[in-house]
Amino acid sequence: MASEKKTLIPQDFTGLIAVVKRDCETCRLIEPALAELKRGAALQVRSQDDPSFPESVEGVIDERALEFSYRHDIEIVPTLIQVNDGEERARLVGWQRDDWRGLTGMPALGAGLPSFSPGCGSKSVEPGMPEKLAFKFGDTPIQARRVDVASQQDEHELMFERGWSDGLPLVPPTEERVLKMLAATTRSPSEVIGIIPPDNVPGTIEKIAINAVMAGCKPAYFPVVLAAVEAACLDEFCMHGVLATTYFSAPIVIVNGPIVDEIGMNWGHNVLGQGNRANSTIGRALQLVIRNIGGGRPGGVDRATLGQPGKVGFCFAEREHDSYWESLAVERGFRPDQSTVTLFAGGGVHPVGDQKSRKPESLTRSLAMTLRTVRHGKIYGGTDALLVISPENMRVFREAGWSKARVRGALDEAMTVDGSKIVAGVDGIAEGMPPHLAERRLCKFRPGGLLIVHAGGGAGMWSAVITGWGGSDAVTVAIES
Amino acid sequence: MPTLLDPTSELQPAPREALSRPQSLSDKRVALLDISKPRGDVFLDHLEARLGELGIVSRRYIKPTFTRVAPVDLKHQIVSECDAVIEALAD
Repeated sequence: MASEKKTLIPQDFTGLIAVVKRDCETCRLIEPALAELKRGAALQVRSQDDPSFPESVEGVIDERALEFSYRHDIEIVPTLIQVNDGEERARLVGWQRDDWRGLTGMPALGAGLPSFSPGCGSKSVEPGMPEKLAFKFGDTPIQARRVDVASQQDEHELMFERGWSDGLPLVPPTEERVLKMLAATTRSPSEVIGIIPPDNVPGTIEKIAINAVMAGCKPAYFPVVLAAVEAACLDEFCMHGVLATTYFSAPIVIVNGPIVDEIGMNWGHNVLGQGNRANSTIGRALQLVIRNIGGGRPGGVDRATLGQPGKVGFCFAEREHDSYWESLAVERGFRPDQSTVTLFAGGGVHPVGDQKSRKPESLTRSLAMTLRTVRHGKIYGGTDALLVISPENMRVFREAGWSKARVRGALDEAMTVDGSKIVAGVDGIAEGMPPHLAERRLCKFRPGGLLIVHAGGGAGMWSAVITGWGGSDAVTVAIES
Repeated sequence: MPTLLDPTSELQPAPREALSRPQSLSDKRVALLDISKPRGDVFLDHLEARLGELGIVSRRYIKPTFTRVAPVDLKHQIVSECDAVIEALAD
């Protein structure tokens, strides 16, 4: 994110400008040199923290508002700027006696001072300050409508009243917070990264940033949020249908690659549960984007009969570092060093609790038994599933040397049944497959309809089946900075 | 006074339903809002006197300028102090 800054140097000014602060040892050290300069040249001294400093220099300009420092990109104090007719010609940072002498044309400048002393950080670049100053001095690229909150109004209640919330409190999206979010990407705030369903509205980076702030995201999560939104807007994911169906589905975000540890995502204990900020807020940000930008709201285009708690947001990371298998992202054509998000249209979590299988043949049959019940035990080919294998269950496959492909093959075999057992009417149940399929062998899932990831805490012979919808194809996109 | 950024598509204004008009002003606290247009005060002076004769309590408010919408704090003050508002809209 970049913006043009207007200069604060008058066009007719020729001379030197020094930016200093009392809190800087080097600035205090060079006070005699500044006083010498003031006597010998047109010098403007701007003090960032105390306008009475330096005492021996007259006419110090109060720079506590930091506008000059912000507009002229002061990163270090002292900074000495040479100006001709309002144009900056040269700049020195810190104290380097020979350079200062050369720039000022004063060969005896700072005679009693050491030849070198490094500067300190400018107050204008302290953490969070650039965004505050950008907001304060109007250099903001933000186009969104401003909503003023009266001094006696509760901003949290206002956000509920305006319908921005998913039912939980939101972080107020102030301009300062949104600017910090936008600073986490090099992409322009006005860039449209997708058409957001169901209203099919252009989803700008800026609007997505506002929703990411409200969801509670740290700026470091923002590239993941952007990738998730981009993925949700792909035709094959069919976000409109995921939302509009009466089924339980929600976009479930699975994150792979180096960014998982960079932003501190959870891939271990309680991986599908609460307690990790990145996991909890990235998925929520995507849902708020659908709600607020796309206009998708329960009872409106969201026609879920029952829904499920993961519709607030459902995001987790794969446990890659000790996995015996290639990751979900690698299986889907990405490199291990790439960070990706995969979106899966999923419903709730169904546990698989087999405490006795120590052989892969037994365990795959066990997993398949639960997988066969997704949506309904007599509906085949119409739903998908995401199988989350825990470390203790993966150990069984590792010890037997079973690859992911081999496990898939064994699962497919165990999930293929005689059509005669699942057609409508069998077992006294009206639901079931059409009668003409009675003579066929039928597999539970369509090709590509079963995703497998490794995640969870180190102890516990549990795995999980996340039930899928079937009207959507899982999608994977790379995360850009 | 914090300012928030609208997270929506901004395709539609935030829906707000107008309150029904009061059937009577008796027992109501009435705001008389001058929007700073010429002679609005003359009109409101008359209105204030007439309301007073009817035993209706009124309070005077003034917008800093008629060219902009009322400051949010002024609107909030009127809402919290009065039940109805009469605005001297045009000169």
